[in-house]
Amino acid sequence: MKIVESSTMGHDRKGATRRALLYGGLAGLGAALIKIEPAAATPETMQRAIRQVVGEAPIRRGKVALDVPALVENGNSVALTIEVASPMTERDYVKAIHVFNEKNPLPNVISAHLGPRAGRAKISTRFRLADTQTIVAIAELSDGTFWSASADVIVTLQACLENLD
Amino acid sequence: MARALINVPPKAKRGEVIEIKTLISHIMETGFRRDNVGKPIPRNIITQFTCTYNGEEVFRADLYPAIAANPFITFSTVATESGTIAFEWTGDNGFHETGAAKITVE
Repeated sequence: MKIVESSTMGHDRKGATRRALLYGGLAGLGAALIKIEPAAATPETMQRAIRQVVGEAPIRRGKVALDVPALVENGNSVALTIEVASPMTERDYVKAIHVFNEKNPLPNVISAHLGPRAGRAKISTRFRLADTQTIVAIAELSDGTFWSASADVIVTLQACLENLD
Repeated sequence: MARALINVPPKAKRGEVIEIKTLISHIMETGFRRDNVGKPIPRNIITQFTCTYNGEEVFRADLYPAIAANPFITFSTVATESGTIAFEWTGDNGFHETGAAKITVE
């Protein structure tokens, strides 16, 4: 009985060292991978980027219309239009429109700064998508409130990270 | 030398909201790609676009590597008076390009 016990303990200790080695190896591999691959934005980094712009203010859904194709064949150039419902007067206007993504290497896409002289809070551009993901547009109004809209986009040919051959 | 295309209506009624379209030729290299020998290709993008109407800023945009090559931007402004609508693009490696369009407001 005693012998069995000690042998199990011995086995445990060995297992532990093996596990430690394995984990150490995995961690090393992970670090190597991180060094080689460019860091990709994640939903968390997108949230962090959004918080950097918005601060602690609450973000409400609505007012913003985000027009982006639902299915994209080529992620290198995707048409994007954002329109915010606003009278665009001296007292009530859209100050800025920010666009964020989840899975490109960087969470930011564009930050447009407008004023009452814009007349209409509508911008268009073309952007890149590295993967199938959710796009978020946030409008900052002159009264300090933030409004958002999001859209899911499926991408078949990915952009940003492709290498030259 | 980068080439810019600007589309501004030549004539507008006072108070009318006009749409402005701009396109500039630029590689917009993200800085996340590698060349055929695995060397990272340094970032080379346009970082800021500004539009001024008779000297007053009416629109500004901060661009990131997620913007597609040859940045295309459209926005609106209210036609307030006759004059010049000027555009400025600045970016990495001292990139600087300007453009302008005349508008007659009746």
